[in-house]
Amino acid sequence: MGEVGEVGEVGHPGRGRVREAVREGVRAYLMIAGMWVRSTMAYRASFVMTTFGSFATTFFDFVGIMLMFSRVDALGGWSLPEVAFLYGLSGTSFGLADLVIGSMERLGRRVRDGTLDTLLVRPAPVLAQVAADQFALRRLGRVVQGLLVLGWSVARLDVDWTPLKLLLMPVMLVSGCGIFCAVFVAGAAFQFLAQDASEVQNAFTYGGGALLQYPPTVFARELVRGVTFVLPLAFVNWLPATYVLGRPYPLALPEWVAFAPPLVAVACCALAGLAWRAGLRSYRSTGS
Amino acid sequence: MAKTAETADGSLAEGFIALQDVAKVFEVRRKTGFLKRERREVRAVDGLSFTVARGEMVGYIGPNGAGKSTTIKMLTGILTPSAGRLRVAGIDPSRERRRLAHRIGVVFGQRTTLWWDLPLIDSYRLAHRMYRIPDARYRENLDRCVELLELQALLDVPVRQLSLGQRMRGDIAAALLHDPEVLYLDEPTIGLDVVSKAKVRGFLRELNAERSTTVLLTTHDLQDIEQLCSRVMVIDQGRLMYDGPLAGLHEAGESERTLVVDLERELPPVVVPSARVVRVEGPRQWLAFPAGQSAAPLVARLAAEYPLVDLSVREPDIEAVIAKMYAEKAVS
Repeated sequence: MGEVGEVGEVGHPGRGRVREAVREGVRAYLMIAGMWVRSTMAYRASFVMTTFGSFATTFFDFVGIMLMFSRVDALGGWSLPEVAFLYGLSGTSFGLADLVIGSMERLGRRVRDGTLDTLLVRPAPVLAQVAADQFALRRLGRVVQGLLVLGWSVARLDVDWTPLKLLLMPVMLVSGCGIFCAVFVAGAAFQFLAQDASEVQNAFTYGGGALLQYPPTVFARELVRGVTFVLPLAFVNWLPATYVLGRPYPLALPEWVAFAPPLVAVACCALAGLAWRAGLRSYRSTGS
Repeated sequence: MAKTAETADGSLAEGFIALQDVAKVFEVRRKTGFLKRERREVRAVDGLSFTVARGEMVGYIGPNGAGKSTTIKMLTGILTPSAGRLRVAGIDPSRERRRLAHRIGVVFGQRTTLWWDLPLIDSYRLAHRMYRIPDARYRENLDRCVELLELQALLDVPVRQLSLGQRMRGDIAAALLHDPEVLYLDEPTIGLDVVSKAKVRGFLRELNAERSTTVLLTTHDLQDIEQLCSRVMVIDQGRLMYDGPLAGLHEAGESERTLVVDLERELPPVVVPSARVVRVEGPRQWLAFPAGQSAAPLVARLAAEYPLVDLSVREPDIEAVIAKMYAEKAVS
């Protein structure tokens, strides 16, 4: 979320100002997230159970895919370790984004009940405050599960690891997290206009995360095109993973797009930042 | 002096809080059919101008939907005005929301800003860091609030376990730790019992006297105004209807207090000068008399002439006063 910082103020968007806003945003985020962690610890047993629950739910999610492979040898031409590779990348990136700013889907509720106003009178960037709202460490469960599946798949895959492919691994995870964060922020910005749109947002975030767990070859070309060029979720794992696995991508694209995820992530975050700015401005000029 | 001249402390010469022809227009879309929507402009605040000097304590009242909250939201930088000029401590609130936040304190009566599941003190520690309050200053302000608002025993209690009155006191303290120069209070005594109300009011009086904090207070409780504010502003339909002392408001609205008397038995309406019976229900009768007048002679007279069992005096409520003011205006 650091990429977008405070974007609610009307003012001179000088570089120093942006940097200062980002620093302030991260600082506020850490303070508020810390308070939420301590709040959760007031109910320690509940925390342990929900963390385990989050891990178990996602674990069985993957078990479902393994069961499917007990019947078939390949899915859209992809073997189990290869699908697990996609699954692990998508799950980890999405899990990280969900951990960091997943609660932004609650923005609509805050707008409806008026509690957003209490955030607007504090001397901290609103985006950071909303992102840290209801910060829940239990969401680590999904990240851990994603990493486990990813680790398992890497151990089972038959890939010639080059330095470039190794480098691409952390780059994919960080960029993927950035792309999902942008989707969360853009979805939240939309909730300024339509306060009951959190389900629409979920369709893109959770739905997008689930979509990427399967190989692009099982989907219709139109869908793959949309996910590549319109809402560029394909850059989270599909495109870089096809490069790592040495598989063809359903669409004819040059090889270098496998290395585009960081650029795509930065562009998405910038667009989401602008959307957020517009949303907040509209809220402040129209109220709820 | 030029209207925009700024004094050394950054506030406008014309007043610490200054509004000039401020308007806020909302566009309301109403569903009129399956896909049809009707657009309508609502002028929540319509050409509002007033100034408040540093250290003043002002009551800001009006019926629901009059534009009170909209005004407060513009003064705190939450909402951007549609037109007009607005300054608080020399700052344009909507442009420099975060800079303003350091200089104002806000208490929303019905929405706590405290951390529900954490001990009260944790909310204060967060404010300490978030507002970057110097340690010594924080200690001093906290000690002062704890003492005057009687929070000592509550500091380690999770906020969810506090009573409404305790939580309100906690909220007021939270809004004051960073030494704000202006304090906005939105219904600070709503739902509180008599003791809590008295504590809150006493504290605000002292705060205003000692620190000359400027206080702007919205309320439905006329007693809040009576006990705290030397000045009251009445807003209705987005316009300022009255600005002056509370006594003047009663005159302007020709408001009446009500004396409720319980007689020993059912009697025809009592006859006393300077009061009229407005309602009779069995042995209970309601008498209206001018708000500016003392109830003592009336009570003495009644006690002497009628078999009195019990009585009570009811203050006029703000809605009634304003409604009356409006009726006057329409007639004249």
